[in-house]
Amino acid sequence: MAEQAVKKKKKTKPPVTESLLAPGHRACAGCGEALGAKLVMDAAGPNTYVTTCTGCLEVFSTPYPESAWKMPWIHSLFENSSAVAAGIEAALIAQGRDKDVNIIAQGGDGGTADIGIGCLSGMLERGHNILYVCYDNEAYMNTGVQRSGLTPFDARTSTTPVGKRSMGNQTNKKNLPEIAAAHGIPYSATATVGYPNDVIRKVQKALKIKGPKFLQIHVPCPLGWIHPTDQTIEVAKLAVLTGLIPIFEMEDGKLTRVRKIGKNRKPVEEYLKAQGRFRHLFKGTPEAEAELEKVRQIAEANIEKYGLA
Amino acid sequence: MKEFIEGSMAVARGVAVCRPHVVSAYPITPQTHIVEHLSELVADGILDSQFINVESEFGAASVVLGAAAAGGRAFSATTSQGLLLMGEVLYNISGMRLPLVITVANRAVSAPINIWNDHSDAMVFRDAGWIMLFAEDNQEVHDMHIQAYKIGETREISLPVMVNMDGFILTHAYEPVDTISQKDADDFLPPFDPVVKLDVDNPLTMGPLGEPQWYLETRYRIQQAMLEAKPVVKQVAKEFKEKFGRWYGDVIDGYRMDDAEIVYVAMGSICGTIKDTIDELRDKGEKVGLLKIRMFRPFPGEEIIDALKDKQKVIVLEKALSLGASGMLSDEIKAAFYATPHRPEISSTFAGLGGRDISKTSLADLYHKVKGERQDNMFVDLKEELV
Repeated sequence: MAEQAVKKKKKTKPPVTESLLAPGHRACAGCGEALGAKLVMDAAGPNTYVTTCTGCLEVFSTPYPESAWKMPWIHSLFENSSAVAAGIEAALIAQGRDKDVNIIAQGGDGGTADIGIGCLSGMLERGHNILYVCYDNEAYMNTGVQRSGLTPFDARTSTTPVGKRSMGNQTNKKNLPEIAAAHGIPYSATATVGYPNDVIRKVQKALKIKGPKFLQIHVPCPLGWIHPTDQTIEVAKLAVLTGLIPIFEMEDGKLTRVRKIGKNRKPVEEYLKAQGRFRHLFKGTPEAEAELEKVRQIAEANIEKYGLA
Repeated sequence: MKEFIEGSMAVARGVAVCRPHVVSAYPITPQTHIVEHLSELVADGILDSQFINVESEFGAASVVLGAAAAGGRAFSATTSQGLLLMGEVLYNISGMRLPLVITVANRAVSAPINIWNDHSDAMVFRDAGWIMLFAEDNQEVHDMHIQAYKIGETREISLPVMVNMDGFILTHAYEPVDTISQKDADDFLPPFDPVVKLDVDNPLTMGPLGEPQWYLETRYRIQQAMLEAKPVVKQVAKEFKEKFGRWYGDVIDGYRMDDAEIVYVAMGSICGTIKDTIDELRDKGEKVGLLKIRMFRPFPGEEIIDALKDKQKVIVLEKALSLGASGMLSDEIKAAFYATPHRPEISSTFAGLGGRDISKTSLADLYHKVKGERQDNMFVDLKEELV
């Protein structure tokens, strides 16, 4: 088995190229966000201006005087990467420097869905030619795993702890891709580092479209989700295969493509059991079983809504 | 060319001849006319700028930050709550050494909500690393913007500039203004040539993490740039006078100061009323003058000492106060005199907060009171029956 895998890997080995997100940065082992950002940057290419929210990505990649970014890159504040990107676009247009360049604004789920949603909404609504990428690791990881608007139901975080009267986070993930799509933008999609080629395809597709684009990439965080660092891709795939993270594309507000689960569908327990943040759901108590049933219903609703079956 | 225009139009025209690449703003009274006029200039094809209407002042400040980082000349305008909402970005702009210009139509800060003039908004940001200029009238504010860009964009300085003008009192007042022609502006202000900018042909990282071994030196460098800005402000005022023939003082300006024994110190439009008051008091034989503070940051301590050291008494008339302490301007003047052997008696007085009219009568009364004895932390025209 192992031999075969090695052989196969050799066969499909991509040409060695230098990544635009250089190695040697300070991300944790198994960081889904670092992987996601690398995929996005290499898909976009060097003629790309990048703005980044405060968060893990900014902190691990730019401790002065080091920087992992091989393209023009700026971090300003937690909540304004979309507005800073809009300013960059405006200045490039005014100076005649906007031809054949991409602009990507990016941030984590907190910087995008919570504190940065005002600036994001403004950027999307005004029609800037910018791709916004949200790396969704489902909590404020940089500050120590606090709950965000994209934290999933029942997840334990440091501000939605599990206790006598609590089963963790009691709200569902804010549906940010659909909120983005509701701005009337030409492209809004989700992706996951579990399927890297799909991330690359979506970034390249988005960058060919003029106007504001939104891409939310599901990126496991071994530290916050509590799973082994070599399980990032597996966990990411399970999120999709259980129906908890639907992967889809919306063009001009309409659902145009989904990643079908079909017969590969897995029970939600496989995804939840792989992570310490859902450990409390497996105590075998009636309360825990009731919570598990709620999570199953969330998956069921996703599968029906997006036609994932 | 002399034109009879509104103060906000004077600003818009003064900004337009600086050829900003990007203008971004969010509406708030009494700033609105400034950006409305600019949007009209863009709509009419007179000003070739990207005009970005945003969802908040926080967004506006972030847009102009991005524009300046990309090498563009950028402008915004706001006031009061809007300036406070920009606050986080204001520190970021100076920390990143981005020399853009924001006009503040000075207004009181809520609560209670009050749309009228005082300096409470701007003074909040006296520690934010912005060069802060205060204009007395519409001609000065028109001329101040081109000077502001020239000062901030000086490569050794590379700091943002806040141009302050009194809300309503100047923004909505019509006065004859000698407007700067495009040709003269182009002669005076060179194109923006930033020290660093975002560029795909020369990629660099802006806004990195500054750990404890680096951060302190960034503050030192900004402080040095601030101190170096003072001679630049003076030089630019001098160059402006040579080119346009108009002079407002450089960092400070005096009025009937030579033999004055008691001196008012103030910023902004109230200086006009004070000058009239001084004329009337002088007619009655009083030896009184005015020291106008044109630049609050960097603080012109040496110049102020030099102007006031031989005076008997100083009345600092402030349109803002640090609640629980005293006046920001008077405290800094007092601090500046700490190491001098002789200093005048200094009274901190607060007037015009929230747009309360400051009359010549009130100013003359204040003079007579101070002439009698020191009036410290005094609220001018306080309605005793309401407190």
